[in-house]
Amino acid sequence: MASHDEQTTGREGVRRTVTRTLVVLAGMFAFAFALVPLYDVFCEVTGLNGKTSNSAQMLVHEEVDTSRMVTVQFITRASAGLPWELDVQTRQVRVHPGQSNEVSFTFRNRGDDASEARAVPSVSPSEASVHLRKLSCFCFQEQRLEGGERLEAPLVFQLTRDLPADIKTVTLVYTLYPVQPAQAAVSPRRPIKEGDSA
Amino acid sequence: MASHLPPKPTPQHSTATAGGMAEAGHARPGGLMRWLLTTNHKEIGSLYLIFSLTMFFIGGIFALVVRAELFQPGLQLVQPEFFNQMTTMHGLIMVFGAIMPAFVGLANWMVPLQIGAPDMALPRLNNFSFWLLPVAFTLLLSTLLMPGGGPNFGWTFYAPLSTTYAPPSTTFFILSLHIAGISSILGAINIIATILNLRAPGMRMMDMPLFVWTWLITAFLLIAVMPVLAGVITMMLMDINFGTSFFNAAGGGDPVLFQHLFWFFGHPEVYIMILPAFGIVSAIIPTFSRKRLFGYASMVYATAAIAILSFLVWAHHMFVVGLPLVAELFFMYTTMLIAVPTGVKVFNWVATMFRGSISFEPPMLFALAFVVQFTVGGFSGLMLAISPADFQYHDTYFVVAHFHYVLVPGALFAILAGAYYWLPKWTGHYPHLRLSQWHFWLSVIGVNLTFFPMHFSGLAGMPRRIPDYALQFADFNVASSLGAFLFGVSQLLFVLVIIKCVRGGEKAPAKAWEGAEDLEWSVPSPAPLHTFETPPDFHPHRQH
Repeated sequence: MASHDEQTTGREGVRRTVTRTLVVLAGMFAFAFALVPLYDVFCEVTGLNGKTSNSAQMLVHEEVDTSRMVTVQFITRASAGLPWELDVQTRQVRVHPGQSNEVSFTFRNRGDDASEARAVPSVSPSEASVHLRKLSCFCFQEQRLEGGERLEAPLVFQLTRDLPADIKTVTLVYTLYPVQPAQAAVSPRRPIKEGDSA
Repeated sequence: MASHLPPKPTPQHSTATAGGMAEAGHARPGGLMRWLLTTNHKEIGSLYLIFSLTMFFIGGIFALVVRAELFQPGLQLVQPEFFNQMTTMHGLIMVFGAIMPAFVGLANWMVPLQIGAPDMALPRLNNFSFWLLPVAFTLLLSTLLMPGGGPNFGWTFYAPLSTTYAPPSTTFFILSLHIAGISSILGAINIIATILNLRAPGMRMMDMPLFVWTWLITAFLLIAVMPVLAGVITMMLMDINFGTSFFNAAGGGDPVLFQHLFWFFGHPEVYIMILPAFGIVSAIIPTFSRKRLFGYASMVYATAAIAILSFLVWAHHMFVVGLPLVAELFFMYTTMLIAVPTGVKVFNWVATMFRGSISFEPPMLFALAFVVQFTVGGFSGLMLAISPADFQYHDTYFVVAHFHYVLVPGALFAILAGAYYWLPKWTGHYPHLRLSQWHFWLSVIGVNLTFFPMHFSGLAGMPRRIPDYALQFADFNVASSLGAFLFGVSQLLFVLVIIKCVRGGEKAPAKAWEGAEDLEWSVPSPAPLHTFETPPDFHPHRQH
């Protein structure tokens, strides 16, 4: 630097720049974490990630739309490392929008010890998730089953009439997850297919 | 480390001394301590460049393991587990260890010289941000030796692969990425502070060389997205070790959220790896065309436009994740929009050469290859942007071909071009001409032999990140593997060129290239340790 004056103004400027960039840095770090609740709120409002409500909803009293039928399919998946089975009474039902329906699911613990699990739902297409109202669902809470125990649990749901007309099929997937990861840990390494040798 | 350390010398702030012959005035530590404690932007720049070259070879060896395994269908050399670690580590090392530090190294060397500053604004921070890197990457590489192996989930480390199903070493991977991220952030702060505050008197923002401009914008991108990366990996850390469920569906989290957060960082990140390359090429093409850069202002605005758009395109990496139609369309259109400022740049480079008096020295060869080959990568990027078509291309070798075209003959060739361009300034000698030309031509042939067939194997349906493949892809893979080994071996020539150039060779004058105009060519070659301790007289030579 040529003179003392310039040196000090240069240093002032550097200090100012550094302070400002640090503020931006802190802001962006906070923003990354803020995106988590923002994402949830965004998805809840738009139903974009196919998540349904986590608590019971009221039945919307409206006339049943008998002019069209929607196919509702059920898929159940057990989790790796959890000796449970989840079955559904029927693979698919045809329903009218507005009508309330009940489907029975069966949980079975094939293991010898008691364990806890939770069925996590997902709806496809995701646009349908805001139109799917669950009046009662086993997925609202964890299930605990003794070794060999069997449990029948109902799902009561309604597809509201404002379901877009182009949706003809709604698929509901329930995936079982162990509740205490330590107790029923998912194996840390996935099995590997080794071509012909396996 | 060493037991024979000399008594602790006080690190000298290199801007603190006055006078031209400052080297003699310093009590400089010798040997290892000189490099450990240096605050000189040129020495730190060299450290960065040497480090990234080392990482380039380590990442390159990993790539060759992958290519050797893929030479034939079936499993020959490595187990799938290890293959996954190789693809992952290759990506991580090349992105965070080779390309990014190389650009930071070039910035350290050249930004102060190009703006007429005596050093970086924060020299000690500069030292710190460099020395974080060897720590980070030693840690990252050491995970390969840990029980359960190193990261095996791809460089994009999607949850739950990188959380629920990850090897135990993942916590170390997270820590190393944190350290590398801090290093990048500190480097970015330093570069911004230098460019905004230490320009030679009379140099306005629009007088700055484009390398400085592109780096300023890159540094802002780094400041904006590295904290997001830090946030994501912190969430992973908590999911793995503290029982949170950010990305765990069982606990109410969402794995898709990981992808959104990752690509919110990841897409600007890919521009972080290409914008400085644009700057280098924008310095070289005018020099060897003996013309001023065509459309300087539009270059600056195009760079800024690309940087801003990079925040609006992230979900084009996630077209098949189940996005609603509106989002597919939005991200498709914004992605295609990026072709406009990029097209402006390519047009400007071509227009610069138009009716220029072109000569084909090694830097120009690499810069020309950059323009052509980067454009090839840009076109396949446009194809990938078409969301319905992406359902076919997604996770195939077509994607691998695309991003290697923008990163190898794109970013890497620009770095090599920059090295050849500035080697006379760094060493005082011209690089050996014949060897450089061999290096160039073998590299171009190797790159295209490696990556061009990948377009076809990808379109035919060969998936990425798989150690074995169906028979019909065999011929394409033979070509790719042969090309990869040719490319890898020919990079040894580059090392030879550098060693020869450091040791001797044809002497270079201050203005080493006839058409070079920027301030760095006003200091002697090799550039003395301390330059511009008195700010230079700057007269804008560009009229715009």
